[in-house]
Amino acid sequence: MKRLRFSRKTLGIPYAVFLLFFVVIPMLVIVFYAFTDQENHFSVMNFAKFFSDPTKLSTIVYSLVIALITTVCCLVIAYPVALILARSKMKKKSVILMLFVTPMWINFVLRVNAIRELLNWIGLLGEANYFNTILGMVYDFLPFMILPLYNTLVKIDNSLYEASADLGGNAFTTFTRVTLPLSMPGIMSGITMVFLPSMTNYVVSDMLGNSKITIIGKFIETYFGSDWHMGSMIALILLIVVFTSTMLTGGFQSEENVRGANL
Amino acid sequence: MMKKCFKATYIGLILFLLYAPILLLAVYSFNSADIIGTWGEFSFRHYITLFTDEAILEMIGNTLLLAFSAAILSTVLGTAGALGIYYSKRRVKTALNGVSQIPIINAEIVTALALAITFVVVGIEKSFFTLLIGHMVICAPFVVLSIMPKLKQMDNSLYEAALDLGASPAKALFKVVLPQIIPGVISGFMLAITLSLDDYIVTSYCKPSTFNTISTYVYNATTKGNAHTAVTLSSFWALTTIIFVVIVATVVAANLIGKKKEER
Repeated sequence: MKRLRFSRKTLGIPYAVFLLFFVVIPMLVIVFYAFTDQENHFSVMNFAKFFSDPTKLSTIVYSLVIALITTVCCLVIAYPVALILARSKMKKKSVILMLFVTPMWINFVLRVNAIRELLNWIGLLGEANYFNTILGMVYDFLPFMILPLYNTLVKIDNSLYEASADLGGNAFTTFTRVTLPLSMPGIMSGITMVFLPSMTNYVVSDMLGNSKITIIGKFIETYFGSDWHMGSMIALILLIVVFTSTMLTGGFQSEENVRGANL
Repeated sequence: MMKKCFKATYIGLILFLLYAPILLLAVYSFNSADIIGTWGEFSFRHYITLFTDEAILEMIGNTLLLAFSAAILSTVLGTAGALGIYYSKRRVKTALNGVSQIPIINAEIVTALALAITFVVVGIEKSFFTLLIGHMVICAPFVVLSIMPKLKQMDNSLYEAALDLGASPAKALFKVVLPQIIPGVISGFMLAITLSLDDYIVTSYCKPSTFNTISTYVYNATTKGNAHTAVTLSSFWALTTIIFVVIVATVVAANLIGKKKEER
């Protein structure tokens, strides 16, 4: 019995070693670089420099504002879609949901390129960099918002709506007192899944914003060429922010919220 | 009735906007002109360029090779990993599960930067191998994530029964445990392929400079611009159209197969 248990557990060893070498150690390397100076002495200068440099801080603020607008737009567009689909009695609604997810399987850069061509055709490319960037992000990250919202909304028991109506609630109170609170987990999970990439995925801002917009992800990228210590510090701060917010929002609720898992 | 109409219109409008850029490219991919908006004549020119330009063919081949090798290796590693985690003691389980979540939650740029710096520090030259590692870091945790729920639903007594009936542990694992988690393994594999095909940031940090995938090639062509840009850019329209058609066909086929299974 002992030998047999041993053999099952050992299956995990390659994966554990893999994680150690390519996830844990790289994270430690980042921490090491973040807290050392050019001579590899311990230093908190990167941390201090980061928070005392107005240009760095303003880049961060710009990036946060772009991410915030993107997230709000996605939520406002996606919520009605998810709600309509979740409450619809149509047999084919899974097919329609699928239609919203299908574009996600086209290569990300090619998809951004498609919007780029569209914007170029309309004449907006290079003219409205912020608008283009946000438009592109909303376009690309919308399914990340629709899926978790749909998954929580579809689980709300229909009798709750009936009960609310029986108790005299009109459509508006039913929405604010029943639908919205019960879909909160989906909203939080959608927000995390949209906010994070719109802060860090610089492919969209580079290709649509004419390389004139620096979001946090791009910021780290520019330091990769010049100053690993500063780059690592920004990466570390981002890492801490991401993990704290994920813990606060309860993390990714389940595997069904993860991209593409609905195949 | 009004309300229903409004709802259908809203869904239709969002879907239209979602597909508009792709359809625009699909229409102009059959046009002889290199700029969208000017209609020359119907032509397969862009498709011909796509299938004859060596650089483009090479990057498509690279992308597929990378995606399949990363997905296969991640699936094997992740499946074994998920089984190992599931059968481990609680402490080991929590620790491994936690570390396994890091690449999933982490911003891709942080994962990419950390890996790239580590490769340099350790003195590993960038090669197809480092790129493969990079892709496995983003794919394998998703494989584990999609298998875990299946393991939790599994009936543990079946494995014990197989042992009691004389099966060796390895045989019981392959004949009893694996069939029960196979849907998770398959969806993990599919997820790994899509993640790898889609990736730009980790790829750009872990790849050797001469190696290009669709993502890095298109990104470089649009943001940096190279010599035969106009020709290259318009062949991307053809590429986008082909990928789109393949995906739609796959989705339809998957739905049809699913339906047949239900009918049985």
